Formats: sequence, structure tokens, C-alpha cells
Amino acid sequence: MAQLHVVEDGNEREKYSSFFLVSLRLRMPTPIRLRELIRTIRTARTQAEEREMIQKECASIRSSFREEDNTYRCRNVAKLLYMHMLGYPAHFGQLECLKLIASQKFTDKRIGYLGAMLLLDERQDVHLLMTNCIKNDLNHNTQYVQGLALCTLGCMGSSEMCRDLAGEVEKLLKISNSYLRKKAALCAVHVIRKVPELMEMFLPATKNLLSEKNHGVLHTSVVLLTEMCERSPDMLSHFRKLVPQLVRILKNLIMSGYSPEHDVSGISDPFLQVRILKLLRMLGRSDDDSSEAMNDILAQVATNTETSKNVGNAILYETVLTIMDIKSESGLRVLAINILGRFLLNNDKNIRYVALTSLLKTVQTDHNAVQRHRSTIVDCLKDVDVSIKRRAMELSFALVNGNNIRGMMKELLYFLDSCDPEFKADCASGIFLGAEKYAPSKRWHIDTIMRVLTTAGSYVRDDSVPNLIQLITNSMEMHAYTVQRLYKALLDDISQQPLVQVASWCIGEYGDLLVSGRCEEEEPIQVTEDEVLDVLEGLLVSNLSSPVTQGYVLTAIMKLSTRVSTVNRIKKVVSVYGSNIDVELQQRAVEYNALFKKYDHMRSALLERMPIMEKTATNGPTETAQTNGEVEPSALDLKNLPSVPQAPGQANNLLDLLGGSDAAPVIQTAAPTKPVSAGGELLDLLGDLSLSGGPAPTLFNDIAAGIPPMTAYNKNGLIIEFTFERSNLNPNIAVITIHASNSTEAEMTEFVFQAAVPKTFQLQLLSPSSNIIPALNQGTITQVIKVLNPQKQQLRMRVKLTYTHNGSPVQDLTEVNSFPPQSWQ
Amino acid sequence: MIKAILIFNNHGKPRLIRFYQYFAEDMQQQIIRETFHLVSKRDDNVCNFLEGGSLIGGSDYKLIYRHYATLYFVFCVDSSESELGILDLIQVFVETLDKCFENVCELDLIFHVDKVHYILQEVVMGGMVLETNMNEIVAQVELQNRMEKSEGGLSAAPARAVSAVKNMNLPEIPRNINIGDINIKVPSLSPF
Repeated sequence: MAQLHVVEDGNEREKYSSFFLVSLRLRMPTPIRLRELIRTIRTARTQAEEREMIQKECASIRSSFREEDNTYRCRNVAKLLYMHMLGYPAHFGQLECLKLIASQKFTDKRIGYLGAMLLLDERQDVHLLMTNCIKNDLNHNTQYVQGLALCTLGCMGSSEMCRDLAGEVEKLLKISNSYLRKKAALCAVHVIRKVPELMEMFLPATKNLLSEKNHGVLHTSVVLLTEMCERSPDMLSHFRKLVPQLVRILKNLIMSGYSPEHDVSGISDPFLQVRILKLLRMLGRSDDDSSEAMNDILAQVATNTETSKNVGNAILYETVLTIMDIKSESGLRVLAINILGRFLLNNDKNIRYVALTSLLKTVQTDHNAVQRHRSTIVDCLKDVDVSIKRRAMELSFALVNGNNIRGMMKELLYFLDSCDPEFKADCASGIFLGAEKYAPSKRWHIDTIMRVLTTAGSYVRDDSVPNLIQLITNSMEMHAYTVQRLYKALLDDISQQPLVQVASWCIGEYGDLLVSGRCEEEEPIQVTEDEVLDVLEGLLVSNLSSPVTQGYVLTAIMKLSTRVSTVNRIKKVVSVYGSNIDVELQQRAVEYNALFKKYDHMRSALLERMPIMEKTATNGPTETAQTNGEVEPSALDLKNLPSVPQAPGQANNLLDLLGGSDAAPVIQTAAPTKPVSAGGELLDLLGDLSLSGGPAPTLFNDIAAGIPPMTAYNKNGLIIEFTFERSNLNPNIAVITIHASNSTEAEMTEFVFQAAVPKTFQLQLLSPSSNIIPALNQGTITQVIKVLNPQKQQLRMRVKLTYTHNGSPVQDLTEVNSFPPQSWQ
Repeated sequence: MIKAILIFNNHGKPRLIRFYQYFAEDMQQQIIRETFHLVSKRDDNVCNFLEGGSLIGGSDYKLIYRHYATLYFVFCVDSSESELGILDLIQVFVETLDKCFENVCELDLIFHVDKVHYILQEVVMGGMVLETNMNEIVAQVELQNRMEKSEGGLSAAPARAVSAVKNMNLPEIPRNINIGDINIKVPSLSPF
């Protein structure tokens, strides 16, 4: 594009002239406008076309930058930012942004600062060049320029910049211009986040922030105060004296009637109300006096807020959270939970969602109140919305207790049937845990497990197979019933590996019961030995069976050799697998072959029925679980039956833990039926347990009415709380649930909780929910401990904690003595 | 704290992206794609809250979104923000856009993305909510726009040129050129 100029008297004064004037001088074309570029790009029909256009434009922009053209720089940077949004590289514009910031024109500064915020960050050294410009602009005589500088500093200021400029920000925090004051407040928040030591500096300026009339300033001031309180407990106590003032502001907002400038759907500045409620929550959290001062206003807000629109509900929601978090009186708490209950019935899905989320948070502390809404919660399981379903599921598991177990499990099993695959694993785990804790009868327990295995068998966690097997073994009177049902299930479906593994193990153990047709619980089926062997052999050759499953089946077949009469057939099968390509199967087959030949005299003893396994303690799946629960003792390891305490090295370690001789060793078995074929790395009580399990629903924290929870451990940011429950079935058993939380800034990983009790007690540790405690109280680990106390002695416990924090391992030993008397009397 | 604000259309084309935490460029684009994927498959009658995708921080963060005609407005926030409050904030932002652009539509956002950024800057600063009063926001944006306009605006037509052309003494252009049988009507040229 040629451009026409008039050269006058040799002076280079450029003017734009009309078409009819004479002399022509060719020059770089004017960079096109942003609008032009956008229009052009929109005409591109393919990605390649678009890329071509953009590259062409970038080249033109680059040369324009090289020419140091001040006039069009802002236009070019604007185009660059647009292309950046579409995903194209724009880093060559960074320096240009700085030049724009240094310009005198407001337009330039505006786009320059925007560019800096979008293209730069503290990782590029270039950003430090901004410091001086920002400093000047913070003192500019135009408030909008000052505003730009504050905005940029508050978005991407690095720690160095913040240190240099904190003084300017502090000055601006004290002036009367509300436009700048509110920006300065948020900028101060950013400075404090980057350089926490500077927090003190802003303290004087906060003195009269709350007496502001301007809502914008009030709002950001409350944000600033909240940030300061979050970061420093000293600040928190210091600002407690502001509670009366905050209460007054809130009152004015509610009572002031219609105020057109702050009105949102008939409510006066809901955003400010929510902010203040949040700050009040923080201030009242562990302080009785502050909580006392807030009670009235909270009740007022809770009862007076109009709930027909979303804004009202946002305020109510915040109010409920505040009530639950501070030390409010019980009447107020009940009011809050009832509000949540009302939310659950609201048509608006968003409201139901937040209600479920809040109930989840409060179910541990106000369990009984939440129980009242159980049916509504269970109904939410049928909701279309995935997020709501998930929360309803978690909440349902938290509400399961001995009284409602049958009804709840029915609903949950139905849910398991129809839910999306993403839920199935967690749901199955939750059902298992709940069934284990509250099963009203053995038969019900086994039926429930069968149901889970048949509906969601491929989604159950790895460690459930050995757990189930152990459970089945211990229910002696149910053996025949169990094996029959499992056999029938196998006939229907052999694709779900956990089901197949449990079934084949049971057939191996109780095949004689199956064939003899003795079943008391239900109609016995007639099945011959050959039919059973047909099924098992079918499993061996099926493509659906994993190698681990095949291992189970082979051993099951072997066991049947002492229980049924068709031994020759078994011998044949076993010898065939002696040359199988899978090493594990081959080894087994060879060893079993040897059993038939040279060691036939030992065979019946070795393949005897498994004894009842004392599940005295499990500590979650170890590495062995990753082979999917190898249950079978290989022939030569059979001597290490799990009813005997494990390797002596471990007993020594236990005594180490306990220190004195008056404590009974805790017998740890990983999954109790497994001495691992790989001998050595067994249940290292004190070693590195790699807990492979995913998070099980953590919410089994039933508090029986009356037993107060206690804080068992509080050191270095790690807080462990115990909550108690007495078992309905056996009054000598106390069920303790530990909740471990972490208030430091780094998460704690590889967390292992170990406990030992005096000789007269017995202890059982179930699997923890996970072994990582997220930082800043964002989540907890829970683990269930069952303590058997037949002599009703005072409960004492020695606890050993190990975890990794900030890369270094931490270990601590402590003794817990102050158990509430209701937990052991 | 608000971690990111994303506006994209029903096909996933970004209309405005603003991250309040550092992400590399290609990561930003991936996050946009992932977020679009998560949000677009939601029915219209489910709730407006989602767990954040794995790229943006997973379950520690929530995506709160609203669907207006052809545009999705997505705010990615952490647990310190009230979900219902952010929903209201999105509403305030959109109504502000409506006031500033007079019945805002997607084309306005496409062609004036810089202006949308400036408006957003008055609502959210550094990932925190700055101002929620619509009239305040509109007033402040107006004043700043006026300052820009007086300088010639982004198109950077120099102010001197404007007055220069006005002052120029253009020769008189005949409105009609009649040469014999040919009749040419000269179009009137505007100064720009």
C-alpha cells in the first residue's frame, strides 16, 4: 500500500492528503488496525489459513517494532495480544509493552500494562524494568494511571518489586480517593502474599478502613483484613476487636432498606455481606467472646434473608457456614442445619449442591441433626447431576450406622447398579467398609458382598479380595451357602476377576460341601465333581481370566484333590500346566506335581481346610497386594500360617515401639491370609508401607451420642483427633476413628499411624483412607481402630507416627492416656 | 481467589482469557480446551459447579460457569470463594458488559476484546473481587475511555493529523464533470 505525502520545503512534515495531490513516496505500510486483523482472521476457513495470516501479520508487526515507531506501537501490541489469546507466540512483544508503559499517553499505558499482565510474569527478567515506571505511575497526577499501576503491581508484581514499592502502596491505602484506596487494598493483599514480612507495615493503615462509607473500599478492606488474619494468629487476635464494628456494618446492610446503588435483586450489597460473614467466621472460630457477639446478627440474617433469588441464598449459605464454624449455641446450629435441609428441597440445583457440600462438612460434628435429613439425601442419589450424585453418595456413607444399615445399603446397592463407572470403585469400597462395621448378620454381610461383586466386580479395589476371603473363612456356618452362591455366580459370568478369584478360592476350600449338596440357608444345588472341575478348567483356559486368576484356579483345583474323588483328572490338569509359558503357573504346577509324586504323603496335610484367621490388625495393602492378593501359600511356605506371629524380627520391632514389657504386641498381617511367596518383604511393621489403595470414602465418623471426641496429638502442625463409638454387637469393643489433619503449608506424605495397647486389650487397625494429608487443613486422613477391652480397664495407647514432610522423614512416639471414660467403661 | 476467567463460545473458540496464576502459553491453551470439554458436555439443567480439570489443579479448584446464548463464562476458583457468590459475580459482569456495549453480543466481545479486558480489570484485580457495583464500574470505564478518545484512541490517528486535514485548503473539486456525452459524478470524500 502506497502512502501519499507532501514534502514541504525540505521539511519532513508529514501530512495526509487527499488522492489528488501529486508526489508519491513509498514507505512501510501503516500497520492495520486491530479491527481489520480480527476481520481478516475470521475469514480464514482452515487452521492452516489462519496460521498463515497470523504469521504474515506477525512479520509485519516485527518490522514495525524494529522501526521504533511510536505512533503505532499501541495498535501493534493490541493485535499481538489478540493473537496471543488465539494461542500464537507473542513473546517478542514483551519489551514493546515496557516501552508503552513508559510513554506519556494514557492509551499507550493502558494497553502496555494490559500486555505486561498478559505476556510477562516474574520468571522473565524483563519484568523488573517495569519497577521504575510503576513507581512513577503510582505517583502520577491522573488517578487512572495510578490505578493501572496498582492493578499491574497487584497482579504480577514479583517479590522484589513488591519490596521496592510497598511503601507507595501503603501511602495510597491511606488517601481519601476511594477509587485508588480500594485498589491499594487488593494490591496490599498481593504484596503480603509475596512478602509476608511486610504485613506489619500495613497495620496502621487498617485502622480506619472499616469506617469508610464507600462499599468498594469496605469490600476490599475486608479482603485485606481476612488475608492478614489468615496469615498470622497474632493479627487474628488483634483484629478480634473489630467484631462489634463488623456486626454493626452487617446490621446496617440488612436493616437499611432499599438502597438503589447497592441493590442486587432487592438485597443490599450481598457481596459485602458475604465477605463480612467470612471474616466473622474466621474471627469467631475458636473464640467464645467473639462468637457470643455474633450470635444475634447471625440469627437475624438467617431468619430475615429473602431466599427467592440466588443472592439471598448465597448469603444464607455463608451464614450457615459461619454458624457451624464458630462456637455458636446449639439452637443456632439446629437452625443452620434446618436451613440446609430446606436447601436440599429447593428446585435450584445449585442450591442443592451447596447444601450437600455443607452437610458433608458438618456431618462429623452435628451428626444427629444431619441424620434427620437422611431420606432427602438418599433421594439425591437419583439426581441427574453428576456432582450432586457424588456428594449425596459421600454423605450417605457418612450417615450409615448400626440402625439404618439395612435400608441404607439397599439404596446404595441400587445406586451401585445404576451409577456411572466413575463412581463404582468408591461406592463399592464404601459399601464394604460400611458392611464391615455394621453388618447385622453374617449372612447379610456375605449377601451384600456377593451383590457388590456381581454388579461392580471389576471395579472393586485390589485388597477387597483377600479381605473377603478372610471374612468368608471366619463365617464357618456359612461356608456351604457361600460356596453355593459363588458357584452359581460363576456359571453366569466369568469376566469379573475379583469375583472369579474369590469364587475359585472358595470352591477350592469348600468344594466338598458344594458337591455334597449340604446347604441350610437355601435350596441346595446338585452338582457333580466333574461339573465343578469343568467350570474350573474352563476358567483356566478362558481368555477373560488374568494370570493371577489362573493362579487361584490352579491352586483351587489342587486343593480339590483332597476333597473329591476324581483325583486322576486333577493330576492331568496339573501336569499340563507344568509346561505353561507363564512362570508363576508353571512353578505352581511343577510343585503340585511334585506333591502328587514324591510328597504324596504330605498332600492331605498341606491341603487341609484353612483355619480361622484372627484378623488382629491390618494395615492396608502392602506391595504384595499389587499382585492382586496372592492368597495361596505355595507348597513350601505353608508352614508360615498367618495365625502365628510373623518373623521374629518384627516382634522385636514391635517391642521397640512399645518400649516396655507391659504392652502386648500388635500382630500385623497384611491381608491376613497371605504369607507371600516372595518371602522377605512381608509386613514390615515399621518399614516403608507403600499403600496402594485409593481413597476410600473417609466419612465413617459416627459419633455415638455422648462420647466426646478428643485431640490425641497436636504437634508441628499435625493434629490427630479421636472420635469414639461403642459397638452395638459387642459392648467390649470400642471403635475409634482417627482424623489426621495438617495445618502446615506443605503436605505430609507416606503417613503411617501405628498403635499399641496394653496386654489386656486387643487392637485391630483397618485400612486408612489414604496416606497423604493435604496442607492447610484441606483434607484429613481417617482410619478406624477397633479396641477389644474385655476386662474394662482404662484405655491407654502408645502411638507411633511416621510421615514425610518437606522432603524429610519425621517420626514421633507418643502416649495417649486421657481417653474419655465412656469409651472404655 | 479466582485462578482464571475464561470466555469461549459454543465451539470452544476463546473470546477472552485471563489467568491470575502463571501458566505457560501452551498450558493455557490446553486448559482452555480441557475446560471447554468439561463444560460443553453438561446438560442445561444440571448445576453450574464442576470440579476443576486435572490441568488446572484438579479437585482443589472449582469451575463455576454460566451459559449465555453462544458464550460460556467460566470462573475457576479455589475453596476460599463462595460458589453462589461467584455465580452472582458472573451475572454482574455480564450485566456490566451489557451496559457498556448496549445489548452486548458475541461480536462485541470479538471485536473489542481489549475493552472487555479493561472492564474486567475494574471488577477483578489480581484474582480478587474489586468492585461489584455495576454503576461504579461503568462510570469508571467510561471516564477512562474518554481519556483514550481524547488522545486519538488505539487506532493512534495522531491528533495533529485530524486538525491538519481540517485546516488544509483543498482545491475545489467539481461535483460533476461534464465532457460531452460523458457524465461523471464525483463521490464526496470524507476526511478519513
